Amino acid sequence: MAYSDKVLDHYNNPRNVGSLDRNSSTVGTGMVGAPECGDVMKLQIQVNDATGIIEDAKFKTFGCGSAIASSSLATEWLKGKSVDEALQIKNTDIVNELSLPPVKIHCSVLAEDAIKAAISDYRKKQGSEVAVPVAVSVA
Amino acid sequence: MKSPIYLDNHATTRVDPRVVEAMLPYFTEKFGNAASRNHEFGWEAEQGVENARKQIASLIGASPKEIIFTSGATESDNLAIKGVAEMYAEKGNHIITAATEHKAVLDTCKKLEKHGYRITILPVKGDGLVDLDMLRDAITDKTILVSIMYANNEIGVIQPVAEIGKICRERGVLFHTDAVQAIGKIPVDVNADNIDIASITAHKLYGPKGVGALYVRRRNPRVQLTAQMDGGGHERGMRSGTMNVPAIVGLGEACAIAQREMAAEIEHSRTLRDRLRARLEAGLDELYVNGSMEHRLPGNLNISFAYVEGESLLMGISDVAVSSGSACTSATLEPSYVLKALGLGDEIAHSSIRFGIGRFNTQEEVDYVADKLIDVVTKLRELSPLYEMFKEGIDLSTVQWAHD
Repeated sequence: MAYSDKVLDHYNNPRNVGSLDRNSSTVGTGMVGAPECGDVMKLQIQVNDATGIIEDAKFKTFGCGSAIASSSLATEWLKGKSVDEALQIKNTDIVNELSLPPVKIHCSVLAEDAIKAAISDYRKKQGSEVAVPVAVSVA
Repeated sequence: MKSPIYLDNHATTRVDPRVVEAMLPYFTEKFGNAASRNHEFGWEAEQGVENARKQIASLIGASPKEIIFTSGATESDNLAIKGVAEMYAEKGNHIITAATEHKAVLDTCKKLEKHGYRITILPVKGDGLVDLDMLRDAITDKTILVSIMYANNEIGVIQPVAEIGKICRERGVLFHTDAVQAIGKIPVDVNADNIDIASITAHKLYGPKGVGALYVRRRNPRVQLTAQMDGGGHERGMRSGTMNVPAIVGLGEACAIAQREMAAEIEHSRTLRDRLRARLEAGLDELYVNGSMEHRLPGNLNISFAYVEGESLLMGISDVAVSSGSACTSATLEPSYVLKALGLGDEIAHSSIRFGIGRFNTQEEVDYVADKLIDVVTKLRELSPLYEMFKEGIDLSTVQWAHD
């Protein structure tokens, strides 16, 4: 399979790899996928309480190069966004940015799921009851 | 050292230059049709074919008359199984095979099932071997054929072929073996191994693609096959079609070289394979060898690099040609059914790499590949949430994964 230059770039130089303190009240953690499906993404956001801005984002991904690239790109996009803005990130944006082929679209869906799961976790910790729409994985 | 490095010798092999040399005259001055009985061109071509038949027969302890030429292993498997099914339909309608067989065998059996045959697919044990007691129990008075491969194309596991053949003979059932990965790599003897029909292909043993053979026993018992293609009645009526003379000559030469050099080649492949394994195990934790190490082709290694997904691993070693059992690398998006048949979880299949070491590989190449893999796996594990959880002491099998 031929990979786009952007996928190769994220694979070779993944951005924001690592973990944040999952017990911190300002950190939201999303873990989506399953090992037997060949994809697991862990995505974390650190939100500034006062401004509601995502100040840091980290990921770790078990999966193919496209899955790694999708989550790496997601962390890049998350930083500096408000939580509400972050919820606007769509899997199709990731598909377009990385030129993912049809068989890899599920990687982008997983990344969107991971963003939503992280935000949901953060909001739960903050005691906010705002319902978060969760995409249905097609993986 | 040439790049990329080829370590995928179970998929296909480079044609040996000596094989090419033997083939060349049969494209040009010796271009005749082996079936032309009335002139020099035909005689020369026929001589090339008959010499190849002897070379193949000699490698497997058969008589040249027992060798039928085909277009390759898929055709050989089809001809063997469908040919027996049709020929012996009055005797019975039951065929036994195993879960780790090549698709050319499994899908042929599935096709027959649609036509009213009964197919038993034996599971394999955790090491990839067929359970002989299960085989014994599966044979009924309606069983006409057992088809079990000699050595597996993914995990290199060598089946107890001689014992399977013995059981079949005791019960009066024909025994076919897809021997494409074994012939030329390890000693195969159709008499010692009690084989009645065996599939052979040239391109797995440093010969050309598009040519293969079928060994069909002529006595004790005499095996008959119904031809699957109608035509000029070539190959004792079992396989019509003009002989692919240059390719057949190439197959013959490949067999002759394999026979002469087998002992040294086994040593070469095994040494490199064991070196690769030792270096990987020295540099990485959490490696799992898939399939029996004891009953295994000398050039095969199939390892799962736990907590790392196979396709991402292949991406990191793009100058090395190997295969993965990961779903992402297959056309079907399903992980390897062979690894699943060993009872391994899908995640182990997703993390597996198959190495096929062959005649032309060097120690330098193996060392390069080992070093590179250690680097890439280490890097990908830093990226892997599963490896992080493993290091934290979390038992991944107890985790409730959030997926629909």
